Amino acid sequence: MTIALVATLLILIVGWGGSMIGLQGVLGALPLAALAVFIVGFVWRVVYWAKSPVPFAIPTVGGQQRSLDWIKPSRLDAPWTTAAVVGRMALEVLTFRSLFRNTAAERTTINGVPRLTYYSSKWLWVFALLFHYSMLVIVVRHARFFLEPVPVCIQVIEFLDGVMQVGHPRFYLTDAFILAGLGFLFLRRLYTEKLRYISQPADWFALFLLICVAGSGICMRYVDKVDIAQAKVFIMGLFTFSSVSTEGLSPIFFIHLTFVSVLLAYFPFSKLMHMGGVFMSPTRNMKVNTREERHVNPWNPPKKFHTYAEYEDDFRDAMAEAGLPLEKQPEPATETGNGAGA
Amino acid sequence: MPKMPTPAELLAATPAFPAKGWMDVKSEIRPGNYCYPAKPDTLLGLGFKRAHAWAPEDQDWNLPANWEDIMYNALKERLDKHRSLKVFMDVCVRCGACADKCHFFLGTNDPKNMPVLRAELLRSVYRKDFTLAGRLLGKVAGARRLDAGIIKEWYSYFYQCSECRRCSLYCPYGIDTAELTVLVREMLLELGLASNWIMDPVSNCNRTGNHLGIQPHAMKEIVEFLCDDIETITGIRIDPPFNEKGHEILFITPSGDYFADPGIYTFMGYLMLFHELGLDYTLSTYASEGGNFGSFVSFDVAKKLNAKMYAEAERLGSKWILGGECGHMWRVVNQYMATYNGPTPPNLEQPVSPITGTVFKNAAATKMVHIAEFTADLIHHDKLNLRPERNNHIITTWHDSCNPARGMGLLEEPRAVLRAVCNNFVEMPEHTIREETFCCGSGSGLNTEEIMDIRMRGGFPRANALRYVADKHNVNWMACVCALDRAALPPLTEYWVPEVTVSGLHELVANALVMKGEIPRTMDMRQEDLPFPDPEPEEPETQEPEEIGTGAATEPKSEEDA
Repeated sequence: MTIALVATLLILIVGWGGSMIGLQGVLGALPLAALAVFIVGFVWRVVYWAKSPVPFAIPTVGGQQRSLDWIKPSRLDAPWTTAAVVGRMALEVLTFRSLFRNTAAERTTINGVPRLTYYSSKWLWVFALLFHYSMLVIVVRHARFFLEPVPVCIQVIEFLDGVMQVGHPRFYLTDAFILAGLGFLFLRRLYTEKLRYISQPADWFALFLLICVAGSGICMRYVDKVDIAQAKVFIMGLFTFSSVSTEGLSPIFFIHLTFVSVLLAYFPFSKLMHMGGVFMSPTRNMKVNTREERHVNPWNPPKKFHTYAEYEDDFRDAMAEAGLPLEKQPEPATETGNGAGA
Repeated sequence: MPKMPTPAELLAATPAFPAKGWMDVKSEIRPGNYCYPAKPDTLLGLGFKRAHAWAPEDQDWNLPANWEDIMYNALKERLDKHRSLKVFMDVCVRCGACADKCHFFLGTNDPKNMPVLRAELLRSVYRKDFTLAGRLLGKVAGARRLDAGIIKEWYSYFYQCSECRRCSLYCPYGIDTAELTVLVREMLLELGLASNWIMDPVSNCNRTGNHLGIQPHAMKEIVEFLCDDIETITGIRIDPPFNEKGHEILFITPSGDYFADPGIYTFMGYLMLFHELGLDYTLSTYASEGGNFGSFVSFDVAKKLNAKMYAEAERLGSKWILGGECGHMWRVVNQYMATYNGPTPPNLEQPVSPITGTVFKNAAATKMVHIAEFTADLIHHDKLNLRPERNNHIITTWHDSCNPARGMGLLEEPRAVLRAVCNNFVEMPEHTIREETFCCGSGSGLNTEEIMDIRMRGGFPRANALRYVADKHNVNWMACVCALDRAALPPLTEYWVPEVTVSGLHELVANALVMKGEIPRTMDMRQEDLPFPDPEPEEPETQEPEEIGTGAATEPKSEEDA
């Protein structure tokens, strides 16, 4: 965790220090480079995965198979059509359905005997959803900085996000939600023994990075207020590759920009690629009809096995003696005794 | 085999998490926590060139000189061949949803038994060799260089996964540890490292046709003995066909069913059912194994063993294949068989039940039907004369075996059968059944004596759920549809819930099945007295049942004495 924290602070220093010593122009170019790395890296990773074939159909079956007409199959957990697989995947991607199943196991003692009990545990699911959807809304909301005029749908999302109508500038729900989600994920990792034990620097780093991205963004809106019109001019300039003025933009803006850039560039090389990977998991995206439809393995090796003829050669005499049918009768030689003994 | 502590001692001796990070904790190889290595001859016979003598407790495992290169290439090859491996290596966010889903973790509290860390054991090596961040930043990026200690760690922990796929159900990205376990075991095989309890059966299966190495004439003899028992119980003589051409159905079941108690009672159940139906079927001594131990360690070996089923169906001219009760057999048949073998032999047709006319549409490609599907269909069409009262002394629960559940979705078919043949059926609590079922703790080739401690711990979550219904509903029976379960669950229940008997589904079917021309039943398939025997028939035919009755009374006693 220390390593991740140090790395995050370093990014902060780069962002803050850079803008203090007048390197706003350099920092301003970061997002462009980072975006390029993100797009190229993302595609590269997905292509890397896709280059390996799926030799076997290995869906994890989560419910009743389709077999006899009078037994109700589980369409979503044992999907046998492409449409049903799409449904299973959609629920997985949009509602984190597998996580919804989550249970917690606990060792207890009942009447003096050590026992295990299980109960449904949905906190991870709730906060994971909260975080991911807040993130999505925030990203979409940001489109208003890139588009002129701002499309109506984005205005609607923005309106809904600020529907509480508190404060000035209007307070966005997702700003609180994303911090709540990330905070939960952080505390859970910190205070659950199992989670703490499996956590690696990369796990802490991803959390810190996201917290800093969200935190710096929130600061910029509510605390160290940045002139939004100015920011938009700056960003539009960046993306049209025209010269931009950094006048009137405080360091917090560049700190935010730096964190976002690092997140983008880090994304394709990290566990955050689960965003792409979830679509490619063969235990979820394949049909559960593996006896009905043959799945073809592109590298299927030739069959090599001990044939019946070889088997009968090994056991012919004994088989004859036992009265088992044979392809080839044993030689009517004098050595039948040998065969029976073999 | 080390002496087992009592259940209370076992659970009390559950260690806390180590103070050090997992990368700094060396894997401990001590008696009782590793599977015995496969014999070099066995591996050589199967074509694994790097087979060698080694002992897990030795410092030096006699790895080939260039073993690091071999492992690098082995991992690279598998990344290129399996998209699942690449995705599973890259996308885990360590959310920990899988952590307390693994029965081995719940039983041992060993952090490396959390599926996420089990995967990290491989992932860390992958990062070092195949990602830029891992190469540059090393441990900071969660990467570590492969060393001989890690090989030992893999042998330890990838043989503490029973490939049950429970973690993959809860993982938001569907990361399947079973897939990783098979791949790592494949890689270890390239170094000549494997477990004897898996590779011996593989070798036997390859040559003699079944895991136990039962030769053709011996198999016939065993089945004849079982038919003697059927005759004792029902008064009906069955003479099942072997290796005969021209029958409609080839029946293949795991060899445990005709060799080991309590599988044999289920096997007798199959034979009685087929006889009663007048089914046109044959057994085969060549394809005499439904199970596939190859599937625990290697896709290629699994394929090698699986190929025999179709080869035999083709040779015998069967129209379709009926498969017995088994777990991993059905993972292979349901998810791999069609892919392994390509188009089925031309003589195979879409399976149709000759009794009900039901077309098994779900088996259109493999032409192979599960016996629970077959029997459930018979019962639904009222084709069986059943007397479930014969099972009235049994209060049963149903153990969903991992593979038929999460590898197939066979949930309601066996329940439909069970409800029809047994009046007292109680489900175990939610989160422990159906797709959320717990493993017996001994799947994927871990059913070996030398790791009893791990097995009893791994089976604790299953036993715990069973304990609940045993206490609350007086459950005294657990039926299941897996041959490994029938081998692994009896010692497990003996240890945790001794009042519960384990059986296959078709043993209970056989108890309830009223056969044409049978004598009134006074004993169950285990030749123990039926507490609710058949009523005496109207016609005074008292001689016969009385004789049988006395036979039944003496039979179990002599077993106990022995």
